[in-house]
Amino acid sequence: MTAVTTPVNTPAAPPGTPPAKARTRARRGPRWRRTALPYLLLAPALVTFGVFKAYPIVDSLLLSFTTGNGSAGHADGLANYRRLLDDPLFWTALRNTGEMLVVQVPLMLALALLMAVAINSALVRWRTVWRLGIFMPAVTGLVATGVMFSFLLRTEDGAVNRLLEAVGLPAVDWLGQPFWARMSVVLVLSWHYTGYNAVIYLAGLQSIPRELYEAAMVDGAGAVRRFTAITVPALRPLLLFTVVLSTIGTLQLFDEPYVLTGGGPDNATLTVSMYLYQNGFRYFDFGYASAIAYALTLLVSVLGAVQMRLMGERDR
Amino acid sequence: MRLSTLRGWPLTFLLAAVTGLSIAPFTWMLLSTTRKDTEIFDWPPSPVPGDSLGDNLHRLDRRIGLLRVLGNSLLVAGVQTVGALVVALLAGYAFAKFRFRGRTLLFGVLLSTLVVPEQVMLVPLFKMMMNFGLLDTYQALILPGLCVPFAIFLMRQSLSGLPDELLDAARVDGAGEFRVLWSVVVPVMRPVLAALAIFLFLGSWNQFVWPLVALRSPEMHTLPVALATLQGNQNTTDYGAILAGTALSTLPMMVLFLVLQRQFISGLLAGATKG
Repeated sequence: MTAVTTPVNTPAAPPGTPPAKARTRARRGPRWRRTALPYLLLAPALVTFGVFKAYPIVDSLLLSFTTGNGSAGHADGLANYRRLLDDPLFWTALRNTGEMLVVQVPLMLALALLMAVAINSALVRWRTVWRLGIFMPAVTGLVATGVMFSFLLRTEDGAVNRLLEAVGLPAVDWLGQPFWARMSVVLVLSWHYTGYNAVIYLAGLQSIPRELYEAAMVDGAGAVRRFTAITVPALRPLLLFTVVLSTIGTLQLFDEPYVLTGGGPDNATLTVSMYLYQNGFRYFDFGYASAIAYALTLLVSVLGAVQMRLMGERDR
Repeated sequence: MRLSTLRGWPLTFLLAAVTGLSIAPFTWMLLSTTRKDTEIFDWPPSPVPGDSLGDNLHRLDRRIGLLRVLGNSLLVAGVQTVGALVVALLAGYAFAKFRFRGRTLLFGVLLSTLVVPEQVMLVPLFKMMMNFGLLDTYQALILPGLCVPFAIFLMRQSLSGLPDELLDAARVDGAGEFRVLWSVVVPVMRPVLAALAIFLFLGSWNQFVWPLVALRSPEMHTLPVALATLQGNQNTTDYGAILAGTALSTLPMMVLFLVLQRQFISGLLAGATKG
């Protein structure tokens, strides 16, 4: 209703020409229709947003303060959050997720950066081919990737172990040993996303003027110095973006361990999201699952904010 | 000149190796779908396709109802993509080209949900769909994916760059607002819309957690859910069929990617360059 009183925006007429303004408005129909138009355009977004985003977010918070099975929960204050703090399985899931995060994100992004610098090098040929090839895995679904690698990582006859043996390394019990199972997830995630991140960096690298490097070379800067003094600062916004995105993604990890290891062996690859899923949809403990969801949200926002702070500050 | 070409070879060779590692699993998978179960793990893998492709597809079809599952995936991803695209275009246009009360607030609220993990919505959406009696239906899969805040954000950013004069010229010629949108805005925005469409379709085609939660019966399964179920079933050692399913879920996207690389890459990188 307040919309009716909102001043009409008519970009057609420059300010200070009221007669023309009035005329164009008349041609465009009644004033209320012009005022209502932006809301009309927004209606589909607002309705779907309200019902399928905003309401669930609030409902989930409320649910996290209830205990009981399924929809028949009753208010129980902070009980779920207290239970969360004492739940060894939750801490296991958190530790697993953390370990995979700490190994995977830096390793993958460093590799991606190297690949991008290599492709961008003036010396390299067939640039388009490499860019295309390394981006390919990002197009695959995570489930398909997981299924594929569950075959490739088989201990006895999987291709990865055969390759390791071919170069004289011992075979690894990829999916059967707790530590290696986590590394399997790391491996598969890295395979899936390294090229994607490399292509992001490549886009950034291509916007750095070549003259900068030439000037540095004239000044006698070596390759390493040019990399740290020109490349890294120029890529900082993209580095920040990829670090935050990968961190958030890995914190929410679900598809890969679900398909690859089912959370095993012995909960070694159980992630926070998987634990949420188990509580919500295997035990139908909606309250507890919602508390886990909010713990995850807290973790995502805190880690994201810390990273932005750290990397943003070095800017100055 | 000669020196630099020579120096380039080690680097080129290294990149060839990395690219090889990127595409080797695909190659292995595609070749394996043509083999018998007993040949799949042969070492070294033969570069020549086998003759069991039809057989594997047939067994896959018997297990998951191939056409039905493919149809489900296509339908859900297609409707969701078109729907989300329309929602984002309309909302982005409103945010970019109109001044109205609550504009900044609404946009801020919309964007703020970008930091909320998808998992937060799982339980409430499940409850909601249960109450509506929509569990195990297409609507349950499609509806929650219609509002994509990131897509709205991207549309707003792109539309802000569109000169007002262009729109006004059409208005002066007597075009109604929806005519302006359809005949002026949409054609100009085609590259952005194409990139966004690919981004949305890919995400929808591959989505897993929500369909896994919202679906019950096998005939409603989308491809990723059917695949995960098939693979998770410990009694199934039908490798040929499972790999054929994996190939079917990746191959369409790979072909689309090779044909439309430019749109693909700009679609998937949209967040990096615009954010």
